[in-house]
Amino acid sequence: MLPDNLREHPVAAAVEAFDADAVRGGHYDRKELTLETPPAKIVSVCGFLKYDQKFVRLSTVTAVDRYPAEPRFEVVYHLHSLEPYQRLRLKCRVRGEDPVIESVTSVWRSADWYEREVFDLFGIKFVNHPDLRRILLPDEWEGHPLRKDYPVTGTRV
Amino acid sequence: MSAPEIPEQTAAAAEGEQAQTGPRRMVLNMGPQHPSTHGVLRLVLDLDGENIVNCQLDIGYLHTGIEKEFEVKTYQQAVTLTDRVDYLAPLSMNLGYCLAVEKLLELEIPPQAQWMRVMLTELTRLNSHLVWLGTHALDIGAMSVFLYCFREREDILRIFEMFSGQRMMTSYFRIGGLALEPPRGWHERVKKFIDIFPSRIDEYEDLLTKNPIWIGRTRGVGVMTLEDMLDLGVTGPMLRAGGLKIDARKDEPYSSYEKFDFEVPTRTESDVYARYQVRMEEMRQSVRIVRQAMDGMPAGPWKAENQHVVLPDREKMKTQMEALIYHFKIVTEGFRVPEGEVYQVIESPRGELGFYVVSDGTAKPYRVHMRTPSFGNLQAVPKMVQGTLIANVIASIGSMDFVLGDTDR
Repeated sequence: MLPDNLREHPVAAAVEAFDADAVRGGHYDRKELTLETPPAKIVSVCGFLKYDQKFVRLSTVTAVDRYPAEPRFEVVYHLHSLEPYQRLRLKCRVRGEDPVIESVTSVWRSADWYEREVFDLFGIKFVNHPDLRRILLPDEWEGHPLRKDYPVTGTRV
Repeated sequence: MSAPEIPEQTAAAAEGEQAQTGPRRMVLNMGPQHPSTHGVLRLVLDLDGENIVNCQLDIGYLHTGIEKEFEVKTYQQAVTLTDRVDYLAPLSMNLGYCLAVEKLLELEIPPQAQWMRVMLTELTRLNSHLVWLGTHALDIGAMSVFLYCFREREDILRIFEMFSGQRMMTSYFRIGGLALEPPRGWHERVKKFIDIFPSRIDEYEDLLTKNPIWIGRTRGVGVMTLEDMLDLGVTGPMLRAGGLKIDARKDEPYSSYEKFDFEVPTRTESDVYARYQVRMEEMRQSVRIVRQAMDGMPAGPWKAENQHVVLPDREKMKTQMEALIYHFKIVTEGFRVPEGEVYQVIESPRGELGFYVVSDGTAKPYRVHMRTPSFGNLQAVPKMVQGTLIANVIASIGSMDFVLGDTDR
């Protein structure tokens, strides 16, 4: 459900009109619009936003670990439209055990490396990604450093 | 000299492999330690004779886990981490991070600090473009340009040293304003540099713009369409050289850029030469901005009036009990930032630099993600070089102006 105070934002209203189940919440804070969408809808919502709402650029994909809360991960997409000039933050909550979400590389090719980075540092798997490998860390690295339960310092004994 | 003898087994194996892929096919590994990759970038090139069939990039050699480190530093301490990300434009990194946190705090920055920030980030842009021009020309074979560029770069670094005490890792912008009061005599020093610099840009252009070798090596090389660039996440001068007038300084002004008069140069050819032209013109525009900032510098405080966030003056700290307490609290515990999340975008010399900062209401950032321009731009390398000649790879990747620290974080 779209919160009532977001109905005046054309993008939020358009996404709700496109698919009423696609908006799970959102907020408008410090002049930035955030929409939350269920993981199952991410590809269709992104496709709609790119081709219908002209969000031609995917600025970045990243994640936030809310450990120990559940669902543990937030996958965050920052979208950018040039005409009209605006930005949008999309959010998906993903469970902590065996986190999986569908890749948006079919919508924007730039998602490729960003999703690999999230996979590398958070261990979130992207289904249908063309080349899901570690990108920053060596292939044989164990663990995912940006998870909150991964230590900041310390050596293996 | 006679050819080295190849052991029989290896020769046979090599022949077998050649039979599989054709006599002209080979895989060439460029980097990670290669002089023209500007850092530790590895390219794996699949060649058919001199033509590139496939190109794969391998990054991460400079990954230092900076984003993780942010989570254990207080907001103010973390400023020093941002310098190390894009080490050729440290003040741009400082600015992006400070603006993001200030947006979370909803902090008003006094005009002098804002204008000083604009002036110094534009000098940073000059500094970064000079390194790019020097090394890019060096890669293509024009040795002397490098020496000229580094001469002027040295002047800029001395200005930074005058302001902050540091040549490169300045950390001069702090949350709430500047780290130190602008030094006495900065105006003359900057003026002296900015008066002479436009003639120096002419000098570089004399060496390159009509140089037939330079034109031969850059025109029509590394061409990409605008659609491809937008889809692959390319930003900055590369997009502008492809004809798109996009610049965060104009489109979503920050730090009072809306009060400055400057042009956003564009070209339509979208090749290495067009990117060169765009960056040269950007240098001239930066000079314009620096001059405006220098001449119109507002008087007044250089840091915000907020005792919970900004350290008190030394004088007050020594004489007033309350100021001493705030000083102690800020230094030992840091300050609390209200819960929330922001995505602050600025125009770094390389393109769109975004700081995504998430706060959980404590004195340390919950999560900081840097959308760095080099990471986005590098993704386009395979598309740019596939189907071209191997000699053009150097010119093509040079025209991207990436920094590996910025890519790997």
